[in-house]
Amino acid sequence: MLEKRLINILRDIVGKEYVSTEQADRICYSYDATQKQFYPDVIVRPADAAQISLILKMANSEKIPVYPRGAGSGFTGGSVPVKGGIALVLTRLNRILRIDQDNLVAEVEPGVVTATLQKAVEEVGLFYPPDPASLKFSTLGGNVAECAGGPRCVKYGVTKDYVLGMEVVTPLGDIIRTGGETMKGVVGYDLTKLMVGCEGTLGVITRIILKLLPKPEAKKTMLVMFDSIDGAAQAVSSIIRGKIIPTTLEFMDATALACVRENAGLDIPENARAVLIIEVDGERELLERQAARILEIAAPLGIVHTQIATSDEESEKIWKVRRSVSPSLRKVNPDKYNEDICVPRSKLPEMIRAIEAISSRLEIPIVNFGHAGDGNIHVNIMVNRSIEGHEEKAETAIRDIFAKTLELGGTMSGEHGVGTSKAPYIPMELDAATVAYMKTIKRALDPNNILNPGKIFLED
Amino acid sequence: MSKHQEIEDYRQQLRECVKCGTCRAHCPVFKQVQSEAVVARGKISLAEALLDNKIDLDQRIISDISQCLACGRCVKNCPNQVPTDEIILALRRRIAQKKGLTLFGRGVSTVLQHPRLMSLLTRLGRAFSWLVFRKVPKGSGLRLRFPSPYISRDRTIPPIAPQAFRQRHPEFIAGEPNKPLVTFFTGCMINYMMPEIGESVLTALKELGMNILIPKDQGCCGLPALCAGDGPGAARLADRNLEALTAHKADYIVTACASCHSGLTKHFRELGPDHAQMAGKVLDIHEFLYQQGLEEKLRSLPRQDNPRPVTYHIPCHLRKDDLKETPRKLLSALPSVRLVDMKHAGACCGLGGTFSVYHYDISKQLGNIKAEGIRDSGAEVVATACPGCIMQLQDTINHAGLPQQVCHVLEMIATDLQNAQKS
Repeated sequence: MLEKRLINILRDIVGKEYVSTEQADRICYSYDATQKQFYPDVIVRPADAAQISLILKMANSEKIPVYPRGAGSGFTGGSVPVKGGIALVLTRLNRILRIDQDNLVAEVEPGVVTATLQKAVEEVGLFYPPDPASLKFSTLGGNVAECAGGPRCVKYGVTKDYVLGMEVVTPLGDIIRTGGETMKGVVGYDLTKLMVGCEGTLGVITRIILKLLPKPEAKKTMLVMFDSIDGAAQAVSSIIRGKIIPTTLEFMDATALACVRENAGLDIPENARAVLIIEVDGERELLERQAARILEIAAPLGIVHTQIATSDEESEKIWKVRRSVSPSLRKVNPDKYNEDICVPRSKLPEMIRAIEAISSRLEIPIVNFGHAGDGNIHVNIMVNRSIEGHEEKAETAIRDIFAKTLELGGTMSGEHGVGTSKAPYIPMELDAATVAYMKTIKRALDPNNILNPGKIFLED
Repeated sequence: MSKHQEIEDYRQQLRECVKCGTCRAHCPVFKQVQSEAVVARGKISLAEALLDNKIDLDQRIISDISQCLACGRCVKNCPNQVPTDEIILALRRRIAQKKGLTLFGRGVSTVLQHPRLMSLLTRLGRAFSWLVFRKVPKGSGLRLRFPSPYISRDRTIPPIAPQAFRQRHPEFIAGEPNKPLVTFFTGCMINYMMPEIGESVLTALKELGMNILIPKDQGCCGLPALCAGDGPGAARLADRNLEALTAHKADYIVTACASCHSGLTKHFRELGPDHAQMAGKVLDIHEFLYQQGLEEKLRSLPRQDNPRPVTYHIPCHLRKDDLKETPRKLLSALPSVRLVDMKHAGACCGLGGTFSVYHYDISKQLGNIKAEGIRDSGAEVVATACPGCIMQLQDTINHAGLPQQVCHVLEMIATDLQNAQKS
């Protein structure tokens, strides 16, 4: 527990009502979507960068860990206070400061919910593409800190492709600015890119300048069922090789299909072994042609059934199939390990075959679905923790899957980050010199290791 | 006597919450309060901590658990369908067991369990209302202020009816011999405060030639007692309703109150197979009338020249896909109505049973969202399908100084049916 004296300093900085040491709050700010719980000593909800600066200065002189937090919806423990200390809840910084239609940029505070910004920019005909599944509740600060992705990233790229600049409070409590609002800018190191995806270990983001695009005029959604998983995987690489980049290219394997068969509200034939949901967007006239070209490419690859949405309602129905996968996985087994590997797109068929082999060798179900268009697959290792040996098998499966991913030139996390969940596996992907380089940066910027300690790297 | 489950019985369901945070996007209270402890994920964590003895049942937890509108949005949108609504009710029962009911909760539960007491109080209330209530200067002119220490001084509520609905009518009203027998469950608000809605239900049922049963022994649906944490009281009410509503073999049981509908169809199934069977027979009145073909009948009525712009507020307890559209379909079939859209039509009115008593400030914030939608809708009338929502929306309109009227969809239907008969 923190001394009363320190709690009083925090109260002086942010105001009494924004500091809590109550057990109820310690419980409620102890977790994220990894479901691991670590109680913070105190929950602090600052209003601005100046307050955060004072908090970090105090934390440095007193050596107290500080854990920045948005919605707490991350998948790798990024916001979990593993060493107690201060849970720094940033949701009061929730203003959209401006939407600049002349320069196509928006400036926001980190606590703005992603969907809130998207709605606001779409009202004026603009578009902020990154669309993590959590967009209705996750915050832009969290999206930036983790470099969130989503289905649309096939065509539009991930969060880092939209961050032009930010205001950051450094671990020592200085307020700095990175990048700017111009489309170009090469003065000094690219600190913006360093901060995006740093998982809150190098600074607390207090303002973000985001690039916007014009909102596409129309979109077209298709659902294509294949008689083999290989066919679907090959279709992905063939479409890309055919020089077409759809907005989304989502993929579901046979187990995923079996899970949604009853509830999807769509007729799924028995011989369908894999599905691609393909969406194209842009000018209305071009869409027909793009869609036809995609179907033409996929035609020789064992298509069982094709469905093309002709209205928003039908498109929504197709997306419902995709969205109902995740919640229905419990039918397979009660507990899951959710990995988000990413391989070069041409290697997708090989990766899927390897995962199937691992699944049958270890005799545990592995369900694959996700953003196949950019090689990013959500690999769900379904286990029952109450069955002896299941957890060990899951560990083995994860290691084997990561090994294969890296062998194919991929990465073990496309969009979820490392946090605590993937920290043990870091040496598989990064060599010792690279890790040392990263740690040198961390040590230089955060000499007392107070900002989000225990994340990305295992402690020495 | 029947009995609800204990919080311990929900261990497995609690474990099914994967802390994804989806509920943060849907909880109306969380959107106002922004504290993790009030959102479903937080309450579930608190419930787990209680079961694991990591936290005491103190005032803070009691307050967190009271901050729920029982609107069901967290359950509907939860990827794993964790029954947070039931878990919260189980927590409230535990709180009542350990700490006793709050004074207000005890009052609500006692009065609603004793119809004679309720009748006496309403008669007294009416007789003395000129003494204790003050009229709201503007607005509908009929709305009164409520001076109880538990209800905020600036709250407006409807007056008490001179004669309760069920006292006005015989238990059985014969219709056409070959038509179904329909049991009408009135609920307390229609019976004591808004009997005109009950009359409208009768008009619509008679139009279709239904045989109508209004059992005298029916009581409160039990939802208020359940929400207050009075498990035994709620179960007693449910047992009594089971007896009263199934004494005659009616073909259908209908209700015109969205909250009673939720009480009767959802919350008492776990009390036993008889309860579950009865729950399966209960229909929302709009759903019933629609099934019986009233929509076509309404469409065939002579059109009026200048239909009034009317908008529809979706009660939380009628948000299920199949129930959401039915009242709107009936409204749009009315000759006197031009149905207009309203922003935030599906946002909660803010009543949430006893929620608005304990947290009137949050309730009013939710009301402001509704007021904006009502103001911009261009409607003259806000129709809805729940007496509770009617009361709350009228309060919101009174505070916002808006000109709109609030009424039940059935009242609009009855008016048009009666006008058609006259002409």
